[in-house]
Amino acid sequence: MTLPLYRPGQRVRIADRTPATHHRVPAYAKGQTAVVERVCGEHGQPENFIRGNGEPLTRLYRVRLLQRELWPDYRGSHLDKLDLEVFEHWLEPAHG
Amino acid sequence: MGDHHDHSKTFQPDHPEPTSDDALLGLALRELLIDGGYFTAAEEQAVIEKMQGASPENGGHIVARAWKDPEFKARLLDHGSEAIKELGFDLSPTEFTVLENSRSIHNVVVCTLCSCYPRALLGMSPAWYKSKNYRARVVREPRQVLAEFGVELSSEVEVRVHDSTAELRYMVLPQRPAGTEGWTEQQLAALVTRDSLIGTQRTLTTG
Repeated sequence: MTLPLYRPGQRVRIADRTPATHHRVPAYAKGQTAVVERVCGEHGQPENFIRGNGEPLTRLYRVRLLQRELWPDYRGSHLDKLDLEVFEHWLEPAHG
Repeated sequence: MGDHHDHSKTFQPDHPEPTSDDALLGLALRELLIDGGYFTAAEEQAVIEKMQGASPENGGHIVARAWKDPEFKARLLDHGSEAIKELGFDLSPTEFTVLENSRSIHNVVVCTLCSCYPRALLGMSPAWYKSKNYRARVVREPRQVLAEFGVELSSEVEVRVHDSTAELRYMVLPQRPAGTEGWTEQQLAALVTRDSLIGTQRTLTTG
């Protein structure tokens, strides 16, 4: 098992791409910056489940977004968050 | 019966014969998998019965234990899949994840991409959970959606929306109602509702 590329608390960017295959990154989250909340083990990649068991097994993260950053017209509290699960190959280090 | 195919070995007898193309395709696929030896009809039936036996009562049982036993609660929040094995529930390989509500935090669960739900534990999800309306709106206007469910939150309460996008399945741990000191685990479990486990209900009532 390889070591996680990202650690809880680290800022990451969710990749903005749309492969032709099935994938599990919702459009609203693509290109967004988030903070790693926790590391959630290794699992098959949704893009690869069409063959075998989704190998290579890939680390999954739970990441947290600020609702006010995510939706420009967000009307709730500045405290509000949105968490989702993103595989490692969809994450990039966030700069700044 | 002419060319009518006999589904009796592979199809549940109390279900009507499918009529739509999609349902027929699903049935054909299932028969091919059974004929190919990937699983048996008996194994399939066992899984269906296990799913049908699941209900929000299981969630109530877990919640009540967490309210009564702080050490169990700590294990549950740290690694839900392992902790619920202590109560006889095994959802592996799914990562069962419990989200604790508090005075300052309210959690609500959705699956925007489809309708992921801890079904093997809590049974079938409600119809609204699968609706496009709920799935599209609760991520971007959670407070309005929660208000429609009767949950009014002040701006000091942080709303956390959890989108089930991959391998995790979520359950909310609601707050224990006041005035339940000394209640048995069984009494406490009976207070827990399905919607409180999804997060579209915040306050549990003692009747």
